[in-house]
Amino acid sequence: MKREIPILLVGITGFAMLIQYFIPTGWSEFIFTYSQDWVIVIGILAMPLGIWSLVKANVSKLKVPGERFYSAVLLAGFLIMVLTCLKRENLEMGSLHMDMFTYVLVPIQATIFSLLAFFIASAAYRAFRARSVLATILLLTAFIVMLRFLPLGPISTLNLKAVSWILSVPNMAVNRAIMMGIGLGATATAIKIILGIERTYMGHD
Amino acid sequence: MTFLEKLMQIDRRWIYLAIGLAVIIPTIWPFDVPVTVSPEVRKIYDFVDEMEAGEYLFVCIDYDPSSMAELNPMAIAIINQAFQKDLKLLFVTLSQFGPGLVEQITSGLAEDHNKVRGEDYIFLGYRPYPAIVIMAMGVDFRVPFPVDYYGTPLDEQPIMDGIKNFDDVKGVIEITSGSTADFWLIYGNGRYGFPLAIGITGVMSANFYQYLSSGQLFGIIPGVKGAAEYEKLVGYPGEGMAQMAYQVIAHTVIILFIIMSNVAYFATRKKRQQMGGGT
Repeated sequence: MKREIPILLVGITGFAMLIQYFIPTGWSEFIFTYSQDWVIVIGILAMPLGIWSLVKANVSKLKVPGERFYSAVLLAGFLIMVLTCLKRENLEMGSLHMDMFTYVLVPIQATIFSLLAFFIASAAYRAFRARSVLATILLLTAFIVMLRFLPLGPISTLNLKAVSWILSVPNMAVNRAIMMGIGLGATATAIKIILGIERTYMGHD
Repeated sequence: MTFLEKLMQIDRRWIYLAIGLAVIIPTIWPFDVPVTVSPEVRKIYDFVDEMEAGEYLFVCIDYDPSSMAELNPMAIAIINQAFQKDLKLLFVTLSQFGPGLVEQITSGLAEDHNKVRGEDYIFLGYRPYPAIVIMAMGVDFRVPFPVDYYGTPLDEQPIMDGIKNFDDVKGVIEITSGSTADFWLIYGNGRYGFPLAIGITGVMSANFYQYLSSGQLFGIIPGVKGAAEYEKLVGYPGEGMAQMAYQVIAHTVIILFIIMSNVAYFATRKKRQQMGGGT
């Protein structure tokens, strides 16, 4: 029963949600809205679990000399951000919460992400070499697409047309093939889960 | 070891230094970059431009501060255009760091255009699970958002009078750095059929041109270049235009590095083959 009941619940819910998608009536809309509320409620209930896990892991790290500092910073940041937004008015510009967001979180995230430019440059230097026919095609394509960012005078119009063709024809064909593959795979997996064939999502006993 | 052989094995720190210097140059000597407007950006501008005053535009800000340098300029340009035309704006975010960004952008621009929250625009807030939230909004905005981000019930705000769901908005513009564009395409445009356009980071844009060709998207603003194009159309030269200088220099340096790398590769290939080093 430990496995059968969850499989039955998933099967019934899966079929119900599948059928209601194709029936635009009042009751199907009710089922749809009601089940959405349940998903949100379940998700919200999972949040305290995540917070508890985060706090527990980092409180225990406070005892480890090498990691103490980072865990203390994380816990302090977490507590400050939570405590400063307990009131709705603290969500507006000029509040401590928004100041923390603007002057701490934004620069941190922007800095980390901007480092990507350096890695991309280094990777491009080593990867974009015409080692084979396919590599040469990749190199030329990347070259043409990158050139669209440069002001090349009269060549810009021609280059834009070439970029437009690359993005709209070969790029589209490849992307559609990949998406259709993903779609078929997702459908097959969903059917297997609904029918109870795929059970790994329940973990192991 | 010859110069070209050394070039083949250049220390990555030299590349980092070159990129670092490249982005410093426009800071010291700023310059303008001529921008050619692409059709996919113009379509979004024309769509907003053809809307009548008082009509509703739905704007979704689905990115984190890590992408704000690239995406804020296009969001600002679109909002400037919409406020100029006296459109009613509905904002929402499906990114957990989005609320702070929406508050930053809207509060400043609303003040510039003398717009009042709750009358001219509304920020519904953030909810997790993008697919669920999009589908719930398709039923009624009040299902996932009974109150706005600031805690005011939606029914107490004049902007929400007579507006229920996506049927009442003219179109949706999704500005994103993540997978939420897929959710908007599948669960938004696919299920409710509203006109959808996206503003997206340059690196992700190639994945979405297929939807432009299929008509599922009516426009795309790709990265900083797209933002600069939109700013040019709106007539508000801002961060997008300014960032083009940095982008041009950085891309030029990367292109030069790629050329150097290939020159060195071909020049030393024969020697490597003789030494049995493969291609």
